[in-house]
Amino acid sequence: MATPTATSPRPPLWRDVRVLRVAFQVAVLAAVVALVAYLYDNLRANDVEFDFDFLDQQAGFRIAYTDMKPSDTVLDAILTGLRNTITVALIGNALTLVLGTLLGIARLSGNWLVRRAAGAYVETLRNVPPLLVIVLVNSAALAALPPIQEANEVGGVLVLSVSEFGIVSLRDGGNGGLYAALLVAALATAVPLGVWRGRVEERTGAPARRWAWGGGVILAVAVGGYVALSAPVVLSHPEVVDLSIEGGVRMGLPFVAVLVGLVLYTSSHVAEIVRGSILAVPKGQTEAAGAIGLTSSQRLRHVVLPQAFRIATPPIINQFLNLTKNTSLGVAVAFAELMGVTNTVIGNGHPAIPSILVAMGLYLVLSLVISMTANLVHHRLRLVER
Amino acid sequence: MVIPTSDVLAEPLAPVPEPEPPVRGLSPPEWVRANLASTPLNAALTAVIGAVVAWAVYRLGRWVFVTADWAIVRVNLRLFMVGRFPADELWRLWVAGYVLVGTVGLAAGALRETLRRPVTSEADAVAGAASVGADAAWTPAGLGRRGASVVHRFWPALLGIVVVLGFTRTPLPALGAVGLVVVGTAAWVLGARLPARVRRWTWLAVVAGLVAALQVIIAGDGGVGWDDWGGLQLAVAATLAGIALAFPLGLLLALGRRSSLPAMRVVSIAYIEAFRAVPLVTLLFLGNFMIGFLFPTTVEPPSLLVRAVIAITLFEAAYIAEIVRGGLQAVPRGQFEAAQAVGLPPTKVMRLVVLPQALRAVIPAMVGQFISLFKDTSLLFIVGFFELLRVSEVVTLQDEFRGQGLRPVALAFVGLIYWAGCSTMSRESQRLERRLGVGER
Repeated sequence: MATPTATSPRPPLWRDVRVLRVAFQVAVLAAVVALVAYLYDNLRANDVEFDFDFLDQQAGFRIAYTDMKPSDTVLDAILTGLRNTITVALIGNALTLVLGTLLGIARLSGNWLVRRAAGAYVETLRNVPPLLVIVLVNSAALAALPPIQEANEVGGVLVLSVSEFGIVSLRDGGNGGLYAALLVAALATAVPLGVWRGRVEERTGAPARRWAWGGGVILAVAVGGYVALSAPVVLSHPEVVDLSIEGGVRMGLPFVAVLVGLVLYTSSHVAEIVRGSILAVPKGQTEAAGAIGLTSSQRLRHVVLPQAFRIATPPIINQFLNLTKNTSLGVAVAFAELMGVTNTVIGNGHPAIPSILVAMGLYLVLSLVISMTANLVHHRLRLVER
Repeated sequence: MVIPTSDVLAEPLAPVPEPEPPVRGLSPPEWVRANLASTPLNAALTAVIGAVVAWAVYRLGRWVFVTADWAIVRVNLRLFMVGRFPADELWRLWVAGYVLVGTVGLAAGALRETLRRPVTSEADAVAGAASVGADAAWTPAGLGRRGASVVHRFWPALLGIVVVLGFTRTPLPALGAVGLVVVGTAAWVLGARLPARVRRWTWLAVVAGLVAALQVIIAGDGGVGWDDWGGLQLAVAATLAGIALAFPLGLLLALGRRSSLPAMRVVSIAYIEAFRAVPLVTLLFLGNFMIGFLFPTTVEPPSLLVRAVIAITLFEAAYIAEIVRGGLQAVPRGQFEAAQAVGLPPTKVMRLVVLPQALRAVIPAMVGQFISLFKDTSLLFIVGFFELLRVSEVVTLQDEFRGQGLRPVALAFVGLIYWAGCSTMSRESQRLERRLGVGER
């Protein structure tokens, strides 16, 4: 600390910036602590207990389409709900990315009809609450779909009924595990191979067909393995047996309503991001690419889209985060995701405040994981300038 | 043009307006070829998408105009609009609406005038004068042109209003709505004409308007407390209350996050990140169960709506803080330094130099947040309020409409209301963004 001199006398304490800074911070912290302590005191005075013992008690309810039994603990139930949340988030985010990207590009299409149709979709879905979309999908399905006895079976691929949905899936036909291992090994070979061919292409300037090399390995292993292991995986077709669906993947209406509703809603936002990102690539880039003789599809693929991708990634991950948090709207259509299960737990007489705090903690972890991924991706994608 | 023989460099040439490129309209066959069938692939795409769109439009149109029975909306229109608000006291809502439209219109007109881009060149000045001239011309042609531009600009809101009024059984609501538009426009024009000194304080009028509107609704004999609010009115009230209360808190949090004092930063960042990481639904639930217990035992716990508004406010503040932080970061460093150099104390640096620039830059994002909150009021459905989605459920349980699968009809109407509001605000925010030149360098 500088010693006061005769020419610059030390100011009195109440005018000294260093003292004031510390005093102000101490005051703010004290106020925050006092507020929290006051609220906590009131909670205690109102007999609110922060007791998490109920997590080990029996849940007493089952969750459709899972292994959850009524004899399992409340913690098991909540974790099952978390698993449902993550399932919807993963599938929903993947579908949203595909649908949103297609719509975003369609909004910039040279084809008037495609442009207008995508625009109408985006401007409609973007401006209604996601909860309304979910509830509307749910109630429209309830009003329009047939009961399970008369279920619509679409070519053995899809079964639609009011109570249950079935979709075709893959099933182990013997040697399925070995086949999966083979495919993983093929992928593990194909990626370095593709990277190596990419390097060769960069070094020599001659086309080195990295996609053909990498994809070829995977395709060869997939086909060869399928023949050699004599059909290791087979299709499992859903069909209605005794008022329920057997085979394929079975889904309840609440799951479908949440998934479809969130994908419809979020993809409209992703479409806007994709469109904005493509428009944000400076026009000079396209023109320069045209000047060196690239065709319009080459301009898009090699010049515009890679730059747009860089701009679009952070906001799109933000939308992924939104979709993940919005899965909590499933509670409105009785879908057993994290918040829905918590609601049931409270309804069964377990203490409300600790239950919600547990759910909030899990959402916090989920969000932090996504944010950390976003930061990593952002770091990787950052333009490094000198 | 005569090129001056001397002093070419000394005196810059007056900018010569470039002639507009000739506009060549396409004939219909040319237009079709250019826009729908430029390549065989494109033509095929047009055919496929055209078939899908035609089918969708046909099914939707048939449903809207033939299949769907809109009686459920017509009979229950008041429930959708104001919930269980007593019919005898509806005048309170109209008065409140007029007060709000008047004050907000005044502030919006003033804001528009303040944000008007400075005239940068002679060409702009000429264009400005021309447009003012057109504005001043109250000729039939001028009025028609203005009417067309208003319709083009606000068509989602107009569509919503026309549909809602189409369901009414007396002409009174229509008259009231026309009155609202007239008062709003008049206030807007007045706001734009105010001297700059007065304009700066019009936000006070909005605050006063909010307070007055609330008083008109709840005060006095027969006043309707907010626990009886519902429908669209509840959505609007929750949105206004949420934004108005969250803004000061969000501003403080943003300043805290940008502060040079570590304790302030830590507290602000912890608050913002924690509240942004959890869904609003969990906060509404927690507020519902917990806020009543946060008060001393001697105090009567607040009503459910107050708890919900507190939860919404705490949630929104975190988002507003991030928006304001974006605006603060957009203010160049030199502005701080220059303000300090002329000897302004820190609070004045913020109040007079930094915040005016930062807040101006975040207006479009704030409108976006307003839209998002308006949509989020639908979550009040989950914690049991009589809001639009709940109304759409309740009406399908009435004797005459039960068990007929009418929920989608009621929801479509609710969706139209939300869509009309959000769509209009989002179009206005895009206009504002272009006008402010946010993001342009």
